[in-house]
Amino acid sequence: MEFGLNESQLLLRDNARKFFAGECPMEEVRRLMETETAYDQALWAKMVEQGYTGIIFPEEYGGVGLGKVELILLMEEAGRALLPGPLFSTVALAGSVLDATATPEQKKRYLAPICSGHARSTVAMLEAGASWHPADVQMSSASGKLTGEKLFVPDAKVADFLIVVARDGVFVVDAKAAGIEVQPMEAMDLTRKLYSVRFSGTPAERLGDAVGLARALDVATAALVAEIVGAMQRTLDLTVEYAKMRKQFGKPIGMFQAVQHQCADMYLETESARSAAYYAAWALEENAPDAAVAISIAKMYASDAGRTVGNRGIQIHGGMGFTWENDLHLYYRRAKASETALGDSTFHRERIARLVIDSTATSVQSA
Amino acid sequence: MDLNLNAEEQQFRDELRTWLDANVPKDWAEWREKPLDETFPYLRTWQRKLHEGRWAAVSWPKEYGGRSATLMQQAIFWEEMARAQAPQMANALGLGLIGPTIIAYGTEAQKKRFIPKILSAEEIWCQGFSEPNAGSDLAGLQTEARLDGDHYVVNGQKVWTSFGTFGNWCELVVRTDANVPRHKGLTVLLVDMKSPGVDVRPLRQMTGESEFSELFFRDVRVPVENVLGRVNDGWNVAVSTLMYERGSYGARLHLLFKRSIDRLVELSRTIQRNGRPAACDPLIRQKLAQCYGEIEIMRLNQLRAFSRITATGVPGPEGSILKIFWSELNQRLQQIAQELLGPYGQLLAGDRRAVDKGIWSYGYLRTRGNTIEAGTSEVQRNIIGHFVLGLPRSY
Ligand SMILES: Cc1cc2nc3c(=O)[nH]c(=O)nc-3n(C[C@H](O)[C@H](O)[C@H](O)COP(=O)(O)OP(=O)(O)OC[C@H]3O[C@@H](n4cnc5c(N)ncnc54)[C@H](O)[C@@H]3O)c2cc1C
Repeated sequence: MEFGLNESQLLLRDNARKFFAGECPMEEVRRLMETETAYDQALWAKMVEQGYTGIIFPEEYGGVGLGKVELILLMEEAGRALLPGPLFSTVALAGSVLDATATPEQKKRYLAPICSGHARSTVAMLEAGASWHPADVQMSSASGKLTGEKLFVPDAKVADFLIVVARDGVFVVDAKAAGIEVQPMEAMDLTRKLYSVRFSGTPAERLGDAVGLARALDVATAALVAEIVGAMQRTLDLTVEYAKMRKQFGKPIGMFQAVQHQCADMYLETESARSAAYYAAWALEENAPDAAVAISIAKMYASDAGRTVGNRGIQIHGGMGFTWENDLHLYYRRAKASETALGDSTFHRERIARLVIDSTATSVQSA
Repeated sequence: MDLNLNAEEQQFRDELRTWLDANVPKDWAEWREKPLDETFPYLRTWQRKLHEGRWAAVSWPKEYGGRSATLMQQAIFWEEMARAQAPQMANALGLGLIGPTIIAYGTEAQKKRFIPKILSAEEIWCQGFSEPNAGSDLAGLQTEARLDGDHYVVNGQKVWTSFGTFGNWCELVVRTDANVPRHKGLTVLLVDMKSPGVDVRPLRQMTGESEFSELFFRDVRVPVENVLGRVNDGWNVAVSTLMYERGSYGARLHLLFKRSIDRLVELSRTIQRNGRPAACDPLIRQKLAQCYGEIEIMRLNQLRAFSRITATGVPGPEGSILKIFWSELNQRLQQIAQELLGPYGQLLAGDRRAVDKGIWSYGYLRTRGNTIEAGTSEVQRNIIGHFVLGLPRSY
C-alpha cells in the first residue's frame, strides 16, 4: 500500500508543470481569454505532441493507455496553469463518454481523432432544468434526429462533434450537421467558454445507452476535481508569496495571525482536496467498490474548498486582490464554474447519502 | 500510487483479522459507555491480551515486542481494530507517544526496563508537559530539577495531566539549567509516580469526570539513569513525543469517528423529522453525508502523511493538518449528532431516556477539549504558517 506517486507519475507531473509554464504562462491565458473561444490551434498541437489528448485511451485508438491517476496529475497541472480551451471538454468529458459507450467501430471514427489531435469535442447534457442527474434529461431522439436545447455546454464552438445525452441514449452529432445552432452563454469563467446548443431535427448517431455514462462522468469529475486542486495550489502559492512580501505596520502581513492562519487553512484545504482527488482517481482505476462514493466525496469537498481558498486568497491580497490586473480573480471565476460543473457539493452530498444512508450496508468502505 | 495491499500487508491483515475474530471481547458493548475509571481494568486486560498476541504495538521493533510494522501496516491495524469493533487499549499514551520516544532516545537499560511493561499495561504512563504558566508556550516551563549526587531533585507543578490518576510513570519535562536560552535548559525525566513527594490531585473537567490531574512535585528524587536522552536536550525529546502525538493519533481516532457516523446514520433511520425518518430529511442527509465524506478524507490525509513519512523517515510539521482536521471534524460530528437528537442530545448517562447511554451529550462536551489538547488549533496553524509555508513567526 503506497499513497505516493511513483517515478513515472512524478515525471509526468513535472513534465506537465514545465510544459504549461512554458507554453501557457499567464500572459497567454489572458490573451486567449479575450478571444472568442479561448482555443489556440498551436497550443493544441503541442499538447497533442505530448500525448495529452490520448492520455487515458487505449493504444489501439492511438491513445497512450495510461490510468486515471495519470489523468488527474495532468489535469492538476492544467488547473494550476489555468489552461484555457477544450482539453477538459475533449478528453475528460467527451473522450471518457466515447470510451465508455461507443462501439469499437465508432471509437475508430471518434475517439481516434481525439487522440491524434484532429478533433475536439464536448458533452452536451444540461437543459433548462440544469440537473446533473441523467434521469432529468428531457431531450430524446425521434427517428435518429434530435430536437431541443442544451445549455452550459463547454467549448461547443470549437467542437468538431458533440456528444449529446438524451433520454434514450448517448448520441454523437457532427458540429456541421444541419439544424444545429451554437450560441455563447456569457459566464464568469473567461477561460472555458460556455454555449447553448439548439438542435432542430439534427441527425444524430447513437453511441449506446446511458449505462456507461455514470462511470464516464465519474472520470470527468475526478479530472475536474484535480483541476480545482491545481488552481487551489496556485492560489495558495500566490497568496503565501504575497503575504511574505507585502509589508504593513512595518512587517510582512504574513506575520499577522489573522493572515497566517488563513494561509494555514488554505494549505489544509488544498491538501485535503488533493488526498480526496488522488484516492478517487485510484478507486476508479481499480474499480473499487467505493469508487462512486469516493468521487462524490472528492467533488463535494473540492467544490466548496476551491471557492473558500479563492475567498481567502483575495482577502489576503487586499485591494490588489480586487483588481482585474491581479490573476486571482481568473482562478476565482474558474473555481465558481467548476464548483457547479458535474454537480456542486449539495448534489454530491445527496449522492453520498443515497449510496451510504439508503444502502443497507452502513459502510461502503473498501477493505 | 497503489492502495492495494501487497502480499506482506495482506498476510498481516489476515493474521490480525483472524486473531481479532477470536479474541475481541463479546461483552464490550456493555462496557463501552461507562466512565473511564470503571472501564480501565477491562481495557488493561484487553491490552494484555493484545500484547500476548504481539499486537499491542505493531510498529515497534521486533526486539521490543512489536512487529516492526510499516506505517501502512499500522494504518491497516487501526482499520482492522475498527472493523472488529475492538476496545481501545488502556496505556494509550505509553503505546502511542512515550514508548516510541523511549525507543528513539532511551538507553538499552531503559528500553529493557520500561518497554515490556508499557506493552503489558502493567505500568500506565502519563505525560507531564503542561504547567500553569506553560501551556502553548511549553518552553517556558518552570518545574526544576537540581542534580544532587546521583539523583535529580524535582520541584514544581504540572497540570492537565491525562491519566494522572492511573499513571504509574510519567514522562516529565523539567528545567535543568536556568542560565541558558529557554529551549536549551530542558531535560526529560522518567519519573516513578510512587516516589515520595509526588502528589496527584484529580481535576474535574467540564464533562464532570476527571480524566486529567494536577501533579505536584516536592523534593522528588529521580535517579540520573532515568534521564531520557541527553541532559539539556529535553526540548528535542519532548518535541519528538509531540510529533508522534500529532502524526499518528488520527489513525486510531478514525476508529471512533467511523463508529460514530455509522451509528448516526443508523439513528437517522428511526428518529422522526417532520413526520418521516430523519434519514429522509434533505438537510439531515446533507449534514450526514458531509460528515461521512470528511471522515473519509481524514483517513486519506493520514494515509498520505504515512506515505510521506515512509519516504522521508520522520514525521514533519505537516502532521499539524491532521491534528486540526480530526479535532475540528470531531466537533462538527458531535454538533450534527446534537441536531439529529434534538432535546434528547442533552440527556446525560444517568437519565433513562438518554440515547446510547449518554455518549452524545458526553461527546459534545468532550470534543471542546480536542482543539486544546495536544497543541491548540491556533498553535497548529502557527506551525503550518511558519514551518510549512515559511511565513515569519507571528509571536
Ligand atoms: C483534555 C485535555 C487533556 C490534556 N492532557 C495533557 C497531558 O496529558 N499532558 C500535558 O502535559 N498536557 C495536557 N493537556 C494540556 C494541553 O496541552 C494544553 O492545555 C494546551 O497546550 C494549551 O495550553 P494552555 O491550556 O495553557 O492554554 P494557553 O497556552 O494559555 O492558550 C490559551 C489560548 O491562547 C491561544 N494561544 C496561546 N499562544 C498562542 C499563540 N502563540 N498564537 C495564537 N494563539 C495562542 C491558545 O490557542 C488558546 O486558545 C491537556 C489538555 C486537555 C484539554
